[in-house]
Amino acid sequence: MDSLILLFAAMLRISTPILFASLGETLVERAGVLNLGIEGTLLLSAFSGFVAAQFTGSLWLGLVAAVLTGIALSLLMGLLTVTFGLSQHVCGLGITLLASGVALFAFRLIYGGASTPPALETSFVTLDILPGTAFAPLFSQHWLTYISLLCVPLVHWLLYRTAFGLRLRAVGEQPEAADTAGINVYKMRYLALILGGAFMGLAGAFLSLAQLGAFSHGIINGRGWVAIAIVIFGNWLPYRVLAGALLFGGVQALQLRLQAEGVPLPYELLLALPYILTIVAIAFVGRNASYPAALLKPYRRE
Amino acid sequence: MLKLRIERGSAPVWFRAIIPVIAVLITFILVSALVIVAGASPLSAFFELLINPLTKTTARADILMMATPILLTGIAVTVAFAAGYYNIGAEGQLYAGGIAAAWVGTQLQTESSVLMIPLMLIAGFIAGMLWALLPAILKVRLQVDEVVTTLLLNSVMLFLVSALLNGPWRDPVSGWPQSPTILAAAQFPVLIPRSRVHLGAIVAVIVALVIWWVMSRTRFGIEVRAVGKNRDAARFLGIPVGNRILMAALISGGIAGLAGVSEVGGIHYYMTSTLSSNFGYIGVIVATLGALTVPGAILSALFLALVNRGAISASRELDVPVYLGDVIQAALLLVGLATLLLNRYRIRRIR
Repeated sequence: MDSLILLFAAMLRISTPILFASLGETLVERAGVLNLGIEGTLLLSAFSGFVAAQFTGSLWLGLVAAVLTGIALSLLMGLLTVTFGLSQHVCGLGITLLASGVALFAFRLIYGGASTPPALETSFVTLDILPGTAFAPLFSQHWLTYISLLCVPLVHWLLYRTAFGLRLRAVGEQPEAADTAGINVYKMRYLALILGGAFMGLAGAFLSLAQLGAFSHGIINGRGWVAIAIVIFGNWLPYRVLAGALLFGGVQALQLRLQAEGVPLPYELLLALPYILTIVAIAFVGRNASYPAALLKPYRRE
Repeated sequence: MLKLRIERGSAPVWFRAIIPVIAVLITFILVSALVIVAGASPLSAFFELLINPLTKTTARADILMMATPILLTGIAVTVAFAAGYYNIGAEGQLYAGGIAAAWVGTQLQTESSVLMIPLMLIAGFIAGMLWALLPAILKVRLQVDEVVTTLLLNSVMLFLVSALLNGPWRDPVSGWPQSPTILAAAQFPVLIPRSRVHLGAIVAVIVALVIWWVMSRTRFGIEVRAVGKNRDAARFLGIPVGNRILMAALISGGIAGLAGVSEVGGIHYYMTSTLSSNFGYIGVIVATLGALTVPGAILSALFLALVNRGAISASRELDVPVYLGDVIQAALLLVGLATLLLNRYRIRRIR
């Protein structure tokens, strides 16, 4: 029982950055933009947050720096794909390569060729919600984890219960019709990118400022691509995205536990499972997947 | 008085010719900021990046060595993109080719390179094709978007390689997560003495020439490009659209697989999880900057290799982090794409 609760606790912790990133990507894709820049955005956000926190001594300034980095890279994505109407997947990949290059460049510049990752003196503390009960370990999480869970209904509400959400989805489904109805397609896509970029910044900040309190080259390790998978797996719906993120976190947590206990298993294959499940899910749903209809299509006002 | 007006329409030919130069200039102006932050003068950095490597024999050889894998992945991406099939999975397909090459290179008991190396290349091509097969079938049969499926298979491949190298293939001698060393007959001959330019460079050039011929001189190639330009029009003309996309995707995967063979056979001599330094993704840069043409891909692969080699010089001479090369490559892609838009405008003098 105890070990099960610890497993769930690890699941929540591991899911947090994935959940932030997936919610951000959901918002962006709902507006019709596939942001493959996410992997690099996470890396540069984690790095800038870490550097800002280390040099100012304030974790909060680090958090702000990470979020601003996420927004800045998303604005670049907007300039290229929304304003210039360039190919989303090529620009997204370009931003991932650019942001990763800048992060590694700056890392080398500031920390030299250090092989051990630099660590912060403090990192965000955990918050105990139910101390003294059997569930205490489960609810002894970083406050950002609780925030990430609260963001799920928030994003759902934003997308489905507000006029803003309606307009955002409209430009991702029928940009021409939305334009005719007086919605500024460009502006809505930029707003979605900004919001999504902020979420990606939070994801990066969680890794370097809370979960690890350190930065290393491999800190993101494909989490951005995982988020891309989870958004599809979750059918662009916030609650299903949550389920996907928890599934991924659960598999990871289980893998870590089995490995620690020395169970002989090819762990890598377990880790590949969420990706394979996503591909199988896409294959089964096929054309019926509720892709935002205008995804990958630049909008040009004639 | 001279009055100028910017109009929509195609840019004059002389202007199109200098667009790449403009892109390079803008990129270097932007990147100067990083160079200055690193405490070096931009001019000396650009000398190290673009000129210095060309003056030394060893550095020129390094450029050929570094251009080899990205020319192969660049050609691979070119074929797929030309068909309108956005294969982002060259990275995974490269690793598939590397696994096949290491498998043949360690298992096939022969001392004849003439037998061994062609078999490695064939096995690597087939492995790359197989890794590209699923997304291609999903695309053609079920209209499933290939961008995400090819991308996700890259991650799956990395886990597969890791499982292989930490499991059955762990080097029994060193204990490192890398495959046993391939046999002597499987190691690509070095082309230029005292350099690391290997047979893979010739393979890459031959592949580039064959693909150039196929894409521009054969019915098949022209049909593939027609499908990429306008799928509906191609279907109307009676071109088997699905088949052409499938073929382009598989050829693309196969060529990316050859890049893996070339790295295993010519550089590492074993399979490792760090076989590729983003070569699959850099292939997208090579193909895009080459405007999806083979001569363009050759030029951009050589240019990117020059910048990469130059970044090593700059880090040695000026203490600028070597990752400057990665930044420039990515910035070139984005700036290059943006400046291509200038094609759509012309400046007219009005009286």
